[in-house]
Amino acid sequence: MSYFDTTTAAAPAAGAGGDSVAASAAHAQLKKVKKQKVLLMGKSGSGKSSMRSIIFSNYLARDTRRLGATIDIDLSHVKFLGNLTLNLWDCGGQEAFMENYLSQQRAHVFSNVGVLIYVFDIESRDVERDLATYVNIVSALVQYSREAKIFVLIHKMDLIQPMTREDVFEHRAVLVRRKTSEAVAIVHKQTPSAASTPPDTPPNLQLFATSIWDQSLYKAWASIIHDLVPNLSVIETQLASLGLAIDADEILLFERTSFLVVSKWTSREGERNPYGDRFERMSNILKSWKHTCSKYTGTPRNAEQFSDFEYKMGTTFSMFATKFTTNTYILVCMPPGEARFNSAKLNVAAARPWFKFLDGPAVPTQTGVAAAVGTPDG
Amino acid sequence: MENRQRLQKKDGVKVPDPTTPQTKGRPRLLLMGQRRSGKSSISSVVFHKLPPSETLFLESTARIQKDSLNSFMEFQVWDFPGQIDIFDNPNFTFDMDAIFGEIGALIWVIDAQDDYLEAVARLNATILHLHRSYPHINIEVFIHKVDGLSDDYRLDIQRDVTIRIQDELSDQGVENAPVNFHLTSIYNHSIFEAFSKVIQKLIPRLGQLEAMLTNLCRTCRFEKAYLFDVNTKIYIATDNTPEDMASYEICSDYVDVIIDFTEVYGSWPRSDQWRDRLEAEPWTQQLDDQVACEWAESGMVLADARRPIMLREVDRFLALVAIMKEGSYDKMPQINMNVDVVVKGLIEFFEITKPKDVVGTVQGGLVSPGLVQG
Repeated sequence: MSYFDTTTAAAPAAGAGGDSVAASAAHAQLKKVKKQKVLLMGKSGSGKSSMRSIIFSNYLARDTRRLGATIDIDLSHVKFLGNLTLNLWDCGGQEAFMENYLSQQRAHVFSNVGVLIYVFDIESRDVERDLATYVNIVSALVQYSREAKIFVLIHKMDLIQPMTREDVFEHRAVLVRRKTSEAVAIVHKQTPSAASTPPDTPPNLQLFATSIWDQSLYKAWASIIHDLVPNLSVIETQLASLGLAIDADEILLFERTSFLVVSKWTSREGERNPYGDRFERMSNILKSWKHTCSKYTGTPRNAEQFSDFEYKMGTTFSMFATKFTTNTYILVCMPPGEARFNSAKLNVAAARPWFKFLDGPAVPTQTGVAAAVGTPDG
Repeated sequence: MENRQRLQKKDGVKVPDPTTPQTKGRPRLLLMGQRRSGKSSISSVVFHKLPPSETLFLESTARIQKDSLNSFMEFQVWDFPGQIDIFDNPNFTFDMDAIFGEIGALIWVIDAQDDYLEAVARLNATILHLHRSYPHINIEVFIHKVDGLSDDYRLDIQRDVTIRIQDELSDQGVENAPVNFHLTSIYNHSIFEAFSKVIQKLIPRLGQLEAMLTNLCRTCRFEKAYLFDVNTKIYIATDNTPEDMASYEICSDYVDVIIDFTEVYGSWPRSDQWRDRLEAEPWTQQLDDQVACEWAESGMVLADARRPIMLREVDRFLALVAIMKEGSYDKMPQINMNVDVVVKGLIEFFEITKPKDVVGTVQGGLVSPGLVQG
């Protein structure tokens, strides 16, 4: 499944410019472009194409009304960072199509799947039937791609009264979990060859309550993406050394078009931040800001909208967001102080070559980069 | 003040109005209109920051909802239930002075997606009632829920409503009643824009404020500058260049971005160790001395036009937001100094115009005990 085995994980200090052998091993890994097959499934009208348009094509939530029904499978290749391409299969959810996926196209659709995203419409009237379809899909998936991760999105949560949302979601989550285990059990019973692996291994399942009208969608998609991003450990260690060098409180790395959080680093003080949902909130804020800019400047929605942003809030904190590499934006939250702020800005600019590998398989040499990042008083 | 109003009513004789209406102190905004026209949604979205999509769940308002709004001026917003006719109610007589005495503006909400004839008829009746005893009240008609309608259709409705009201009023011998019309929707900026216009009429010496901003724009070569009330995103003044919805939208969204960032990263207390570490080597300076400006300041460069946007907090409630000309980001230090001066001027301005003695009278007189006090 994964292109990256222990060598990447074993070289955590590679970015900091320490072990040259480990670093070159990491480089070899960096060159591979990763293609991931992502299935997007669910009943017709549950909102699959809407969320796809919002996340990857910068649609506004209200623009999704214009979308028609997806016929058969809508294939799209989404370039996410330089070295990850999402092979997104948006599968039309009308029953005739569903049956087709499960019968004639079964092997074609369900083999080599990295991730299945299954969308449930919370307002659906025929829950039993939805779950039955879901069981069929999951069994097909387990049959052909045993390792695939399953993300279940309970969608359109905005239509539920805010007070009862949590209960409704929990209730549905219990149902889905049970059905998933059932589906897996069925497959194991049918294929005795699989008996070698213990049948009680829980499938790789995560559930999210989502709505296109708030940040919950970003939370779900950020965790879907998180597992797919290659070289995650390299990004994380480098982000951490950058954070320590510039004395930041928090650093977030965003993908350029979707503004999903690719990676983040938080200082010990930053961990005290009571807003646990701040990452998806930042995605949401910056993305809607991008819309405002595109409306104002009259440029296309997918174009780059701002290059630099800074905000100093007296003696509480200061922050800046800037275009980082070709494919990413970085947001840095700092303690207050003019000198600290300015040196951090310069250091972030100097750290760009560290992260060049995010832009594509071609990796430039990293020699001398670590030296460029000095101490804040430099 | 109370006594004079009483007098007015009893005698039915118009006491010549002083040049400034009684809007000093706490101007009151009255939201009225048919039931289900969207009054509570408006006040929730504008004054309580409720996301527009959540207004679906609002219950019908059963009694008068009184909100007080603490800002550069203290406002009260009264949300009237649509099903009650205050002028002709057999069960209960309303104290007209208590309702209309201190009023700044009456906002009448008309649902443009519904049959509005009855709403217009009631509005006419209301205007006629009020015109006798409270001629200085500004009547602002919000032709609401226009988001679903085409541009042409919106203008048609506005024309139709305007004509119906003016005809009826002139039939009754009322000319030049202070009635204004706004096309609004809670799903875009139009509702904030409309409220801005309403509130600007209540600001004493608005001209001075505008002159200050115009001056700033000229010296710093800003394209447009707005003085925002941060909590509501209502702008209380702008420079004298022509109105431009697009620049209002981007500035208002910028305020939003800043508010959100402030909430996430600025609203929780940092530990003492954190502060100690920041004041230790190599900085060795009090944290307060390490920052250049004690209030919030921010800037953003747009990728396309290279037109930077800047924001500066004036006080707890107000922020100055301006769109700069191309390439002026390099002159930031000079601009900052100019902005500093203007901000000082603005603070002084609000110090001077702040109502001092009037508030006391109001609290002793008209304000009913159940009211939320600022």
